Amino acid sequence: MSPTLESIIITVLLSAIPLVFILLYALVTLYLEMKVAAHMQDRVAYMRTGWHGVLQPFADILKLLQKEDTIPAAADRFLFILAPYIVFVGTYAAFAIIPFTNIYIGSNIHLGVFFLIGVSSLVVIGILMGGWASNNKWSIFGAIRSAAQMVSYEIPTALSVLIAVMITGSLNLQEITQFQEGGIQNWVLFGGPLPLSTKLMLLPFTFITFLILFTASLAEVNRTPFDLPEAESELVQGFNTEYSGMRFAMFYLAEYANMFVVSAVAVTLFLGGWSSPFGDFMSGPVWGAFWLIGKAMVFVFLQIWIRWTLPRLRVDQLMYTSWKVLTPFLFVCLFAVGLILVL
Amino acid sequence: MTAVATYFGNIFRSLYTVAVGMRITFKHLFVPAVTLQYPDVKLKMPERARNRLYVNIDDCIGCDQCSLACPVDCISIETIKSTADQDLGVTSTGHKKRLHVPKFDIDIGKCCYCGLCVYPCPTECIVMTDVYEFAEFDRHNLLYKFSRMTEGEIGEAETKLKKAEEEAAAKKAAAAAAAAAQPKPEPPKAP
Amino acid sequence: MSESRVIPTNYVTKPEDLKTSSGRTLRTDEMIINMGPQHPSTHGVLRLEIVVDGEIIVDAIPHIGYLHRCFEKHAEHMTNYQQVIPYVDRMDYVASMNNDLAYALAVERLLKIEVPERVEYIRVIMAELQRIASHLIAVGTFGIDSGAFTPFLYAFRDREFILDLFEMTCGARLLYNYIWVGGVSHDLPPTFIEKAKEFCKYFKPRLVDFNNLLTYNEIFVKRTAKVGVLPRDVAINYACSGPMLRGSGVDWDLRRDDPYSVYHKLHWDVVVGKGEVGAVGDCWDRHIVRMREMEQSVRIIEQALEAIPAGNVQAAIPKRIRPDHGEVYVRTETPRGELGFYVVGDGTASPYRVKARGPAFVNLSVLPEISRGAMLADLVLIVGSIDIVLGEVDR
Repeated sequence: MSPTLESIIITVLLSAIPLVFILLYALVTLYLEMKVAAHMQDRVAYMRTGWHGVLQPFADILKLLQKEDTIPAAADRFLFILAPYIVFVGTYAAFAIIPFTNIYIGSNIHLGVFFLIGVSSLVVIGILMGGWASNNKWSIFGAIRSAAQMVSYEIPTALSVLIAVMITGSLNLQEITQFQEGGIQNWVLFGGPLPLSTKLMLLPFTFITFLILFTASLAEVNRTPFDLPEAESELVQGFNTEYSGMRFAMFYLAEYANMFVVSAVAVTLFLGGWSSPFGDFMSGPVWGAFWLIGKAMVFVFLQIWIRWTLPRLRVDQLMYTSWKVLTPFLFVCLFAVGLILVL
Repeated sequence: MTAVATYFGNIFRSLYTVAVGMRITFKHLFVPAVTLQYPDVKLKMPERARNRLYVNIDDCIGCDQCSLACPVDCISIETIKSTADQDLGVTSTGHKKRLHVPKFDIDIGKCCYCGLCVYPCPTECIVMTDVYEFAEFDRHNLLYKFSRMTEGEIGEAETKLKKAEEEAAAKKAAAAAAAAAQPKPEPPKAP
Repeated sequence: MSESRVIPTNYVTKPEDLKTSSGRTLRTDEMIINMGPQHPSTHGVLRLEIVVDGEIIVDAIPHIGYLHRCFEKHAEHMTNYQQVIPYVDRMDYVASMNNDLAYALAVERLLKIEVPERVEYIRVIMAELQRIASHLIAVGTFGIDSGAFTPFLYAFRDREFILDLFEMTCGARLLYNYIWVGGVSHDLPPTFIEKAKEFCKYFKPRLVDFNNLLTYNEIFVKRTAKVGVLPRDVAINYACSGPMLRGSGVDWDLRRDDPYSVYHKLHWDVVVGKGEVGAVGDCWDRHIVRMREMEQSVRIIEQALEAIPAGNVQAAIPKRIRPDHGEVYVRTETPRGELGFYVVGDGTASPYRVKARGPAFVNLSVLPEISRGAMLADLVLIVGSIDIVLGEVDR
């Protein structure tokens, strides 16, 4: 059936909802990151802009908006300009398949998670572009490291997702969430709504899988301890070095949005998504959004907490962790979960 | 076998030390911050604080000791001798003032806040205060001029000094001429 | 069949094997990267010219001189020996008291004067407090180099207490002009001793916390173990000193082996690196030497606070410093290593020559040797573990 003008407008409006959400969420997370970091370090962060600095994220965005837009003379103009947008598109496309509530999901396709893993590789291309087009040795270093890191951590991510999909039986995130409805005991982290004996056998493997998914997602987002591509103390700013003003803001927006995406996906796959942990109490369309965003924010906070505690891993240690620690463990879990589900 | 043991040992140690570190930072989340909100809350300076210099020019006797002691030469002093009939008074520490001080400039931008100028001053007129908020927008405002003599007073003192010197020189010339006009005494006879 | 079989494969094992269809070999090249004077991680204005092959460092050449302020030339034009002390402060601006102490000891030996015992004890207390403050900066910035931002702020919070103690005594927080030739500029204020004892009690558990957060963290250990290994003989041949030397297993501490002031009356352990994780003389060893030296400094301070006698601290300050013709070289143990002053007097009130042997300058010269073969990410840690202060390197 051919799309009418009405349906096009409705589609555009519906797909703009996550964009609005990203912008609001970025402001909140910027503020949260600075404040949490400050209080962990026994100091206060912004206090002057607004009460306790709540207007600071606005001030930051305004500052970035009015900065001079510099493009290095020897840079590859087209790629330089295109890179931030590709990174952002790669992140934003993932919002299409995250179910915010039981009635809203950007695009209810059967391939949900598969689409996500495919589209998040666009981010790698964007970063490589940004690093190469900057015509700066430090940027190239950062870009290449980042590409190697993100590609090698896609494997643990995909395997963990595969394990969750095996337990729930569908690739569509909306169906996965519906599978986990009914309370905290039905979450995939605790084995899913399966008989108790199966759950008990699945428990250690789902815990390990969830832990590995969280670690791999930290690497996907380029956060400490895996933030070598933007290691401030070595590479000035990695692939970001030559970017200023709004393009820089775009990269950062994409990073924060990515943080939310991976948290939301981890939460949807393992922790029940928009379903309430109390079963029927506090559930409904609006409550669903609250639960999803709340749970995802807990993991965003966890990511911030880890960033300000740990030193960063070196490139070869990063690779070692991915290929020689996370992937073998996941293969074992995959095999075990498959075995348990078959029996 | 030890390779397997190290492998698992490493993984366990990683998780354990990461958890310990995270516990420490989490604890610190609830420790009250140590930041002082500066313009609203200011630290009290201890009594020996070495910040901006201040000169009580009424007590200055123009001895130039502080200027000589300064390692970066930020104090410049000019003095004019006073004549016998001028009475410049006494400082608060009892020293008699004998010199006008028309120029007492401290370039506080050059000052290194070492405090070496404070110790040699006989009248303790140059002190380091606890003022630390004296930033200026224009660098030339950092040249502090402490002398309060006006142009007229300086001109007066200079003319008085010149007159006194001329008189003294004239007297000396007259005395020399008078000595030359007298008959020379006989040279002693050789034995 | 005696000939060995060559198994045809599409894999390329070495870059030299990459051949195009026309027979040309693909050439790989080394890259020269400039870690310029302005860089977030070199501790000051230091330029490192790094030749890398991929990520492995082939050579790292430090270029210094960006902070050269002609200290030694200034010293020749001062009107007296006391005026040189503010300049000496500013050499190693992170450990000012130790610089003052070294210079004052040198001139006192030139003049052949003795100072009262109270002055010696005050000087030791100040030097050890300054050692703690300087090591806190060193380990804090080392943490930042490895990516952990939080320990730096904990270190600085503890350093505030030390700076408050100093401010209470001499009025300044960073560049003190306190230890003079023949004595100290002010006597200790009445509340100093109890505040210092309070600080010692407060500081010991903070070190435990710091170690748990950073030093024993497995990620940090993996980053610093076996990195930048400085073998014992290389360290001695390059004249390294301080934690660099002790981290390589050499048991040498000037406070014990060439004692000055009242160190011969105090008891403490000299911390030596033993290669607990990885090799002897790696970055972790130097780090743990600094951490444990802080504990030992607290011990020294507590002993000195108990034993400090009464006396007049300004009794021996000479009115006129006019040494005879002569020269002297005095060395002390600063947080960075052996700081030596070679002072030549020529009978006038101003020195003929003051030469400073800066430990950071000598320690930095070992950088190309120990960073060969390391990765680029390691270079930052190696420079951080040498603990340089450019004011001392360039003077």
